[in-house]
Amino acid sequence: MLYREALNNAIDEMMAADESVVILGEDVGRYGGSYRVSEGLFAKYGAKRVIDTPIAELSIVGNAIGMAIAGLRPIAEIMTVNFSLLALDQIINHAAKFRYMSGGKMTIPLTIRMPGGVSKQLAAQHSESYETIYTAIPGLIVLAASNATYAYYGLKAAIALNDPVIFLEHELLYPMKMEFKPQENFDPFKAEIVKEGKDLTIITYLKMRYDVLQAIPTIEQTLNITVEVVDLNSLRPLDMSTITQSIQKTKRVAIVEEDHKTGGYGAEVIARISEELFYELDAPPLRIAGQDVPIPYNRTLELASIPTPKKIAQKIIQWGRENGL
Amino acid sequence: MHSARVEKFYYLMKLGREFELAAKEQYMQGNIAGFLHLDIGQEACSVGSMQAFDKGDVFTHYREHVLAIARGMDPKLIMAELFGKVTGVSKGKGGSMHLFEPNLNFYGGDAIVAGHLPIAVGCAYARKIQGEKAGVFAIFGDGASNAGAFFESINIAAAWKLPLIFFCENNYYAIGTRIGWVSPFEELYNKARNFMPTKRIDGMDVCEVYKAVTQAKEYIENGLGPYFIEAETYRYEGHSMSDNGKYRSEEEIEIFKSRDPIINLKKRAIAEGLVTPEYFDEADQKVQKVIQEAIEFALNSPEPPINELYEDVYCKECTNVIP
Repeated sequence: MLYREALNNAIDEMMAADESVVILGEDVGRYGGSYRVSEGLFAKYGAKRVIDTPIAELSIVGNAIGMAIAGLRPIAEIMTVNFSLLALDQIINHAAKFRYMSGGKMTIPLTIRMPGGVSKQLAAQHSESYETIYTAIPGLIVLAASNATYAYYGLKAAIALNDPVIFLEHELLYPMKMEFKPQENFDPFKAEIVKEGKDLTIITYLKMRYDVLQAIPTIEQTLNITVEVVDLNSLRPLDMSTITQSIQKTKRVAIVEEDHKTGGYGAEVIARISEELFYELDAPPLRIAGQDVPIPYNRTLELASIPTPKKIAQKIIQWGRENGL
Repeated sequence: MHSARVEKFYYLMKLGREFELAAKEQYMQGNIAGFLHLDIGQEACSVGSMQAFDKGDVFTHYREHVLAIARGMDPKLIMAELFGKVTGVSKGKGGSMHLFEPNLNFYGGDAIVAGHLPIAVGCAYARKIQGEKAGVFAIFGDGASNAGAFFESINIAAAWKLPLIFFCENNYYAIGTRIGWVSPFEELYNKARNFMPTKRIDGMDVCEVYKAVTQAKEYIENGLGPYFIEAETYRYEGHSMSDNGKYRSEEEIEIFKSRDPIINLKKRAIAEGLVTPEYFDEADQKVQKVIQEAIEFALNSPEPPINELYEDVYCKECTNVIP
């Protein structure tokens, strides 16, 4: 199954099951979605429920909040996380705060889907990852779908939740063919152990999952160790119990993320680990992240700005050797 | 105008005025803190609009105490909210600027200027596809008419023919900035007139506000799209309690005070024989009693327990997983 098909199936099934589910965003209807996620839905559900909006992100999210207040379950699509900055006031000051500042009277069942990350030479205004902004906001739930299984079940769960959910996708994943694993008792807030190992835990999410998995054979063979890979799935809340169990076993942790290192989401994960699991660790945690620069257009520079399988392997091998692996 | 309606207008405007004066006094005594934006002078807009728009959804700015009262919210619960008490309409977590009551379809108190307009647009969209006859009412000030959210909202509401009344209270000042300094004209209906029908009215006259909103309501209920009302009005006080309003001349303030919505309604109602002078005395006494009860209720209400800090961040099903 293609990643984008998993998302499409999730939306389709939720729309079929519940008339109050609507989607809105730029080009989601007649055009079929910039990444074809909403393909076919306009023909199936019509213009009332598959809503083509103007290029006005503030209104896409603001309108969606109003729809949620009126009893609909809107799914707002923002073309990239970079554009979601235009909607930050609506997301943070309104969606995330209404429940609290109304003393629990307001309920905002809203899903905001947005892809982010470095695709291919889209330059600085189309390539960033801003999970660090959304995960810092009380009142928001932040999910990050790296694979078809989570894309399908996670998005369905997001639509069903009564709180505002930021549902992060990655532009390079949409056309990828992936294995789909049917789930029972799916928990959207649970991290996935992608691969078991006993000497090192690598925490990752979104597209970096694949870069990490590509780097693993080199790391394992060179250091003669086995590596455990944890895909977070849910960034807020963070599944500390899965992280804890893994680190108690491996005693070492690295995080691999695509966003900038300074103030990036990995900084929060490592801070939590340092606070809660300091005495479990046999080595200082390692952060592998994007460079602290806007994403450049030139392909060589672009790849130099983010982790790649080769760089991940090199950094972990070097760090492993310095820390007794 | 029917005499019972005039009586209601008077009672609610007087209640609103006295509520605000009491809130001002309680603020100075230290029982209310934070930002307190008083509606004194603008009661005709709040009461006239809410009496006309008696169904449907209401999205407001943060000068909304009198709107909430006119919508039917208990002054006790509003005063307790201003005091930050757990008995307040938002459990003491919203304060003066955030008075929400979904049971009254009142989504009041958005403190981001123009931030509630896109939300009102979305709600109007939902009401349209749900086949609800009563549409949506959004009230905002002259300052909001300069924001991007405003322009996006009139554009979308008009493009989709949404049942939405844009009600602009033009009191000429965004805190201390005169609208004419930052807008090409001071008659703000000009900003919307290519998008929808517009009407500029005397916002110091409650009957005129009532009539205009009634007319707008009929228009949107007939599925014709949005409607824009600009009401000229004036706040006698500063922008909030931390603003003395000294950027305006005494002369200007006096001109508007001579158009006082409460005094003038009373004069007209007596002159036209619509309401007996005795009614006003009774109404004034009733108002005093309601305000007194509201203050006592607020004073005697408990503070929120400390665990309230962590409540209502997420819904119940998420609270279990999110610390």
